[in-house]
Amino acid sequence: MNALRRNVLKGAAGAGTVAVAVAAGLLKPTLAMAVAPRSAFDTKNLADAMSGLGSAPADSKDIVVKAPDIAENGAVVPVEVISSIPGTTSIAIIAEKNTTPLVAQFDLMGGTEGFISTRIKMGSTALVRAVVTAGGKNYTTAKEVKVTIGGCGG
Amino acid sequence: MAEPMRIRATMAGDVADVKVLMNHPMETGLRKDAKTGQLVPALYITTVTASINGASVLNSGFGTGISKNPYLGFKVKGAKAGDKVVVNWTDNSGDKNTAEATIG
Repeated sequence: MNALRRNVLKGAAGAGTVAVAVAAGLLKPTLAMAVAPRSAFDTKNLADAMSGLGSAPADSKDIVVKAPDIAENGAVVPVEVISSIPGTTSIAIIAEKNTTPLVAQFDLMGGTEGFISTRIKMGSTALVRAVVTAGGKNYTTAKEVKVTIGGCGG
Repeated sequence: MAEPMRIRATMAGDVADVKVLMNHPMETGLRKDAKTGQLVPALYITTVTASINGASVLNSGFGTGISKNPYLGFKVKGAKAGDKVVVNWTDNSGDKNTAEATIG
């Protein structure tokens, strides 16, 4: 566990550690891709969280992040991600300024559409970023949510 | 021990609209107890999986940033009314819960 975490931290410098591990057969691709590595959920900075999701994403207009412009209560911020990119296999939600930025990652299969609706906590005003994987490539878009009362700790 | 989870699944055209409400405190480990001033230990759902008629449709990993009593909505194309939806979650203490519903 700790060794893996170290690897992911190092991944910030040499992005793609996970991809390399997959290529080397150290991680079973199906398992590795099924859900982002647990360590990605523990990481405390955005760059590490992003590298935990794989290759650097490209901006896309085919993803919509639906969230309120102003959230009065950061403990419950409704977020919807809609991806119209064909072959969407994964959606990740990142609250950029949270203590642990990676909020959740969803792997879609068996006819599940590029749609996820959930409620997240936000510590402060920040971009809510969706990272969508389709055809092995990552795409992203983000929306700013202003938070008047933080919902992380306190 | 875990409290029940609620699932509602309805058909909208050829797409099943599945909504799940889980009962869970989702403690981040950063919050202090108001009375004792001690940190409340982290307790949060780590994985949620869903299947329809036994075939996986969703695997997800949660961090601590998901709200208390998590809500999750997703849409599955090709499902039919009468299909059985099963949702499982596991938290970081190893606690598990499962619920099922019929698409109506």
